[in-house]
Amino acid sequence: MKIRLNGKTVECRSARLMGLVLEMGLAPSSVVAEVNLAVVTQEKWESTWIKDGDEIELLNFVGGG
Amino acid sequence: MAKNENDALVLGEKSFTNRLFTGTGKFASRSLISPMLEASGSQMITVALRRVDMGSKEQNILTCIPDTVTLLPNTSGARTAKEAVRIARISREAGCGNFIKIEVITDMQYLLPDNRETLKATEVLAKEGFVVLPYMMPDITVARQLHDAGAAAVMPLGSPIGTNLGLEMKSMIKRIIEISSLPVVVDAGIGRPSQAAQAMEMGADAVLVNTAIATSADPVAAGKAFAMAVAAGRMAYLADMADEQHFAEASSPLTGFLRN
Repeated sequence: MKIRLNGKTVECRSARLMGLVLEMGLAPSSVVAEVNLAVVTQEKWESTWIKDGDEIELLNFVGGG
Repeated sequence: MAKNENDALVLGEKSFTNRLFTGTGKFASRSLISPMLEASGSQMITVALRRVDMGSKEQNILTCIPDTVTLLPNTSGARTAKEAVRIARISREAGCGNFIKIEVITDMQYLLPDNRETLKATEVLAKEGFVVLPYMMPDITVARQLHDAGAAAVMPLGSPIGTNLGLEMKSMIKRIIEISSLPVVVDAGIGRPSQAAQAMEMGADAVLVNTAIATSADPVAAGKAFAMAVAAGRMAYLADMADEQHFAEASSPLTGFLRN
């Protein structure tokens, strides 16, 4: 299925959010996920199913002033 | 600001005895952040939220910050109140606490804040229980409006972000300090400890310094130097220094020996 991930249209192989984070090669502990403008906390990633057309943002905290 | 026993600055539910706030941007190595915090004693530090770099195993910057230090996520990157509100909500949901530095910038040359959008975001977030610290263009009317909107402090800029120009906005900041019933935190542009001390001598309640510390050759020493300057400036303010005068006034008696 196709999703919008961090502003880009990509093909997503994973069925659930946890899978997507791992598919992208990210360390789950460092990521904040937003699905269709709602934050999904990490304990819900295993139970969050990804649907075609979902807008997903994977974010993290970086240095800033 | 009411004086209290240990002269702490109270924001939201938290009390800060160290009046130097710092930032995590621009460090050559993130391993310098924790020793800088320790050397300076800074009790609050800013962080920013961004899209992840896909495939990067780099840990989130929060792992570099001790639990004892209050996180101040900023809304940098936001160009509208709506975007700032979204970042604030994400930051809180992500476990960063309820402090938020509102930073809404549309002017990409001087990076000056958009006071109108900043005020709108403050209204929304204060109602949602955030401790809102808005970064603002020094403007007395807006400072009053931010107070009415529920801000916890106002953060006028000293000079544009990252310029090290110090208190270019000195006269307006002074007036804001005079009229504001909220704490005043001078944010941005402070490039030298002497400039931080000057802000504190004027009666600022705290200063926020990132670039000058992070881009110095020794951020740990620079952090400590800023903390000392901030403490000295605060002490001088509380000591209520005498006014400047045009004519000289002798410190030693001029009569009583060679002259009568």
